[in-house]
Amino acid sequence: MINIRKRLADTGFGVLALMVFVLSAFPVYWMVSTSFLPNNRIRGENLAFFPTPDVFTLDNYRAAIFSPRAPFAPAVLNSIGVTFLTLVIALVVGFVASLALTRFQFKGRRTFIVLILVVQMIPGEAMIISMFRIIDGWQLLNTIIGLTLVYTAGVLPFTIWTLRGFVNGVPKELEEAAMIDGCSRAGAFWRVTFPLLAPGLVATGVFAFIQAWNEFVTALVIMQRPEAMTLPLWLRTFVQATQATNWGAVMAASVLIAIPAVIFFLIVQGRMTGGLVSGAVKG
Amino acid sequence: MSSTLLDAPAPPRQEIRRKRRPPYLPWLLLSATMVLLGVLTGFPLVRLVVMSFQEYERAQLMGLPAEWVGFDNYAAILTDVDGFWTVLARSFVLMVVLVVVTIVLGMLVALLMMRVGKAMRLLVSVGLLLAWAMPSLAATTVWGWLFDTQYGVVNNLLTKITGDRWFGYSWLLDPLSFFVIVTCIVVWGAVPFVAFTLYAGLTQIPEEVIEAAQLDGASAFQRFRLIQLPYVRSIVTVLVVLSMIWDLKLFTQVFVLQDIGGDRELTSTIGVYIYQTGMAQGHYGVASAIGVIFVIVMLAIAYPYVRRTLREEEL
Repeated sequence: MINIRKRLADTGFGVLALMVFVLSAFPVYWMVSTSFLPNNRIRGENLAFFPTPDVFTLDNYRAAIFSPRAPFAPAVLNSIGVTFLTLVIALVVGFVASLALTRFQFKGRRTFIVLILVVQMIPGEAMIISMFRIIDGWQLLNTIIGLTLVYTAGVLPFTIWTLRGFVNGVPKELEEAAMIDGCSRAGAFWRVTFPLLAPGLVATGVFAFIQAWNEFVTALVIMQRPEAMTLPLWLRTFVQATQATNWGAVMAASVLIAIPAVIFFLIVQGRMTGGLVSGAVKG
Repeated sequence: MSSTLLDAPAPPRQEIRRKRRPPYLPWLLLSATMVLLGVLTGFPLVRLVVMSFQEYERAQLMGLPAEWVGFDNYAAILTDVDGFWTVLARSFVLMVVLVVVTIVLGMLVALLMMRVGKAMRLLVSVGLLLAWAMPSLAATTVWGWLFDTQYGVVNNLLTKITGDRWFGYSWLLDPLSFFVIVTCIVVWGAVPFVAFTLYAGLTQIPEEVIEAAQLDGASAFQRFRLIQLPYVRSIVTVLVVLSMIWDLKLFTQVFVLQDIGGDRELTSTIGVYIYQTGMAQGHYGVASAIGVIFVIVMLAIAYPYVRRTLREEEL
């Protein structure tokens, strides 16, 4: 009796799990599937649920990439440029700052850490107006430099905070042991601590990458000219309702934007939940 | 190894540290951060406050000097019941709904992951990771397509299931169903983080505790309420505060759904409202004042989280 009941419950929970999988994966599947389907199988009641070889097409990607309304190539170059610069600057600046906050005892250290935490909580959405005026005043509207500056300041607090955790994870004693063995301070750092920090740097860098790659509001305000658009703004031009939306092209464009973000995200996702739990389960 | 061997080098070690570390070195390392945050966070914040006390319209953009108007902008906002207060109330109600739905669903999924076997758990994880990794803008376009008026798969399936004709039914035109779709997008993207975090927390509960309760005859619900929930309570608190912050800042999803076909007047949340008032209509002074209020609200919400983090890090 109990056995049958347990098996029934197991099946029930299995079905539930399957439903969770379908609900979370379906929109992603639908995006990819639609992007490979011709218009006559997207529109109308004769919907295709799978891009079988007889209907498979790359037309949507062609339509997206060669769209006359918004050129793809400059958008890609802008996005790559801004993302790469943000990543590099935020990592270098954030790394030396995290060293100062972990390896040194000095007056004002605690205040600085509190400040970093507070700054992280200020919503960028609230400051778009003054940011727009300031970047305009510096003649940096519609430039990669202008957007990079805003993005770097945006991701920096998070970068410092995360790297601080990683540096704290490498015991000082390792470095000191190397120094006793005759290493210089810098040598001990480069040969002992830095290699141990590499995974942390990669993870933090990937988060900076994803944030800059996906950012929308600031780009909307600062990059207004068509040739200055980043990829999110480029994608938006496809859904601005002036005429019937070409959903096949929109889905192709969405896939193009999502691919780098998804790949990089999957590389580092394990570190995301780990941090919160290790600090919070103390009870 | 004897303890004397370990203790011996201690004095010279301290000497090295003292000699090689001039007091200005940490500030030198922090200088780039201070410049960047000072110029690109501090200055905009000050400028925002300044502009909120000025008459700043399109004319000022062209170079006309901005006049000081004291608290006029604030007075205009705080008496604007149909505009500002409605938007603020809408944002808060939406935030509460989003947080509750996200946390409850996240907890249920986490419990489900505890209950099912390895293979099913892997399957659920794969689905959740996909949803989590999607950029919010791409997620919005996809959900916009799912609920498309003419050809959306939702209308298509509803027609097949109910037998009524759903083609041509617009989900975005009505503010209520507009926000149902916003909720779908946000919850879909946010549940994975909550579920994974709670699952990681739940797995750290010692098995003996649960088993003991089971032997004492506690039902599944009792085990959840009396054992599992108290164990992960601190995680839930952090997740709630973080979700509140993220959901109140909501911009991309609302803004782009409005592009696809919503009514901007009836669906704007606070971030979108700032953009509309400032960038679209050119009332930069008023928009700055709203921005200042927004910053204050956010910091007030984040305050307990900041305090908690500082306590936990033992700073």
